[in-house]
Amino acid sequence: MSAHNAQTMTLTLHVWRQAGPNEPGRLEQYEAKNVSPDQSFLEMLDEVNEELIKAGKDPIAFDHDCREGICGMCSQVINGVPHGGQERTTVCQLHMRTFKNGDSIYIEPWRAVAFPVQKDLIVDRSNLEKIMQAGGYTSAHTGGVADGNAILISKIAADYAMDAAECIGCGACVAACPNGSAMLYTSAKVAQLAALPQGQVEAAARVTAMADALTEAGFGNCSNHYECQAACPKGISVKFIARLNREFQKALFK
Amino acid sequence: MILDGKCPKGPIQTSWDRHRFDLKLVNPANKRKYKILVVGTGLAGGAAAASLGELGYNVEAFCYQDSARRAHSIAAQGGINAAKAYPNDGDSIYRLFYDTIKGGDFRAREADVWRLAQVSNNIIDQCVAQGVPFARDYAGYLDNRSFGGAQVSRTFYARGQTGQQLLLGAYSALSRQVKAGTVKLFARTEMLDLVVVDGEAKGITVRDLVTGEIRTHVGDAVVLATGGYVNVFYLSTNAMGCSVTANWRAHKKGAFFANPCYTQIHPTCIPQHGEHQSKLTLMSESLRNDGRCWVPKAKGDQRPPAQIPDEDRDYYLERKYPSFGNLAPRDIASRAAKEQCDDGRGVGPGGRGVYLDFADSIKRLSEGTIRERYGNLFEMYEKITDENAYKVPMRMYPAPHYSMGGLWVDYNCESNVPGLFVLGEANFSVHGANRLGASALMQGLADGYFVIPYTIANYLAKTKPGAVKADHPECKKSVEDIKANTQKLLSINGKKTVSEFHRELGKIMWENVGMARSEESLKDALKKIPVLREEFWKNVKVTGGPGELNQQLENAGRVADFLEFAELMTKDALHRNESCGGHFRVEHQMPDGEAKRDDENYCYVGAWEFKGVGKEPELHKEPLTFDNVHLAVRSYK
Repeated sequence: MSAHNAQTMTLTLHVWRQAGPNEPGRLEQYEAKNVSPDQSFLEMLDEVNEELIKAGKDPIAFDHDCREGICGMCSQVINGVPHGGQERTTVCQLHMRTFKNGDSIYIEPWRAVAFPVQKDLIVDRSNLEKIMQAGGYTSAHTGGVADGNAILISKIAADYAMDAAECIGCGACVAACPNGSAMLYTSAKVAQLAALPQGQVEAAARVTAMADALTEAGFGNCSNHYECQAACPKGISVKFIARLNREFQKALFK
Repeated sequence: MILDGKCPKGPIQTSWDRHRFDLKLVNPANKRKYKILVVGTGLAGGAAAASLGELGYNVEAFCYQDSARRAHSIAAQGGINAAKAYPNDGDSIYRLFYDTIKGGDFRAREADVWRLAQVSNNIIDQCVAQGVPFARDYAGYLDNRSFGGAQVSRTFYARGQTGQQLLLGAYSALSRQVKAGTVKLFARTEMLDLVVVDGEAKGITVRDLVTGEIRTHVGDAVVLATGGYVNVFYLSTNAMGCSVTANWRAHKKGAFFANPCYTQIHPTCIPQHGEHQSKLTLMSESLRNDGRCWVPKAKGDQRPPAQIPDEDRDYYLERKYPSFGNLAPRDIASRAAKEQCDDGRGVGPGGRGVYLDFADSIKRLSEGTIRERYGNLFEMYEKITDENAYKVPMRMYPAPHYSMGGLWVDYNCESNVPGLFVLGEANFSVHGANRLGASALMQGLADGYFVIPYTIANYLAKTKPGAVKADHPECKKSVEDIKANTQKLLSINGKKTVSEFHRELGKIMWENVGMARSEESLKDALKKIPVLREEFWKNVKVTGGPGELNQQLENAGRVADFLEFAELMTKDALHRNESCGGHFRVEHQMPDGEAKRDDENYCYVGAWEFKGVGKEPELHKEPLTFDNVHLAVRSYK
């Protein structure tokens, strides 16, 4: 605890409360007191929930798990921005030192047609699963594969694939997109596998199947707003969307 | 009872190959008649469900998260070991086997560890085929780094997110099987009971975490891959949802719990910042490749680190363990850090921290190189601490990270309850009393891809498919029991929250059953735990109802189980009157403070049988024999 962070804050929260998928929702106001700047955003919410429970009220339901920015479970729109607008940061890694005493904070769930609200800040993201199941893999069987060094992969291709593979599947890209599109999410997997020799064999079938699944699941189309890239906690670049489009065009001629 | 691990006899080098030939098979046309329930979708469970589905079995897979991709394997940073020996630095299957046995302080089964080392190479090949983007050198070959407890570079990695990439590989294989219809996935579903029929595992009772529905799934075999239990300490590096619940409920239905006192305290975690902290964050062991651990030589030296000259610093790991230096194994590095802080030479708030300093490496290699190797870790460190580790050294303190103990299994990964298989961190099998870095990922994938697909057939071939139906009285009873338990939790309506109880339990465990344990501290814990447990069942407040998404109720069930499990863990620690690996009894140490084993009396696996809450559990022993490595005092000097 560094000395300059010793002061605590009082904040006003406006939180989306919704009892179930078919219930009406509304913003409710809460006060968060004695918030330490070293606390994480979710730890601040934990404290608010403890107070609610003690008062016999239903605590705020929100998704979270690893609390170290990698599982992709946490999903809140904070002051209108998915994950709160700090560059390359998930909600769980957002710390209270980025807020000031007296601030009002608006907290809402991901908003997208393809992500129905289940309760309060929790949404159903199973539509993302359908895109993966459509083709987000190589069809390698367990066992019987070649030695890891049998097929050389240039460092450039491996690094490019890794840049794409860093996606944590949180869905912030969808929540940020005015069209509710999952194009960045889908493109990251398409590009990762298309860049590697192991994934190239099925590249055409994969991109077609994943693009179809994306539309079927109710996600919108991409119209190059690039909000997804700005909101992505892992800094996934929109260049992968260009790659997806290119792979898609290539597939049309196969 | 003396337990038999059913390890193959004869030369260890061919043990797994011979055993595979001896195992029974299920023919392809019959596989689809069998249903296998896989609980947990991390590296072990995800790999198992995908591989079993691919073989043609009917698989149902369960996870409490909203997607199989979010299991906590995803948080592993540094890497995965394999005996490829690509760097030509003297590695071999035998050396990986030897290092793992030694690293575990001679408390693991030789045959299991040999198999792990043998299949480690297949894992790398499998992941590459799945499109896992491992780090490569400029010629296009796979790159390696070093990890603690080894003098060779055998760790494969994908930046600082190796666990994520390996899990996404398994998850993609799983997704392929879901599409193919061989695996049915149940996300946001938590296992709350094991259904045992005529002594064999035939189903699980689960709670749908969205609707609150409690129902039973029946199958021909159950595979638990449900991770570890160090959230018993409340603050740990585990995800918030990690719990002992699946394992504990299976234990209450007859599965033995082996070596619960073997817990790993990881040396390099970001120190605790305050009372309201919910979890601790690990910084990869790989950082010790280039970071040097030190504390000031003088007690209470308050100077900023940059103003402390080299001669006033104590690079304590390099001093104490010159041949392994900063890459000493985790248990040793953790205790050394604690020792410096206990001695009044710790840094940061409350003096509970040591420096991990990159200044020399930045000077030698450039900041750019360090950024390329560990950029994401430095970024994470800055987000949490508000400090730039390229400029000032990181502050680190040990934190609970991993459990080597788990449900007892034989060489086939089958528990003492026939039909119940346990994989990955959830079992006790390969890490002995201390796990080496980059070995958890190896074990999870070894068990899931390359062990269970062979060994489960041996059980299934002896059973009739679909023998137990969903309307079996045991299923009904299980559902009723779970419903009653849920109702009980909701009806107490006391004054303290679930988190308050968890935090109190964590404090008892960390202070009494943590990095240093004594007869006195353990007996103290055994007094306090039952009192807290009793209070929980009288005074806990759980809001909401049973038939809805209710996170308080979920957490209450998990904490209730930790309150029972903690007692067993403490009893195991008290009974094991020796120090070994992560289990350090202060009464048993060498003059220089190293762990002192007692091979004459404790060279066995301690597996406990449940006899009722608050009742004395029964200890069963599986003697450990070492035919291929010499049982010796572990030295990293």
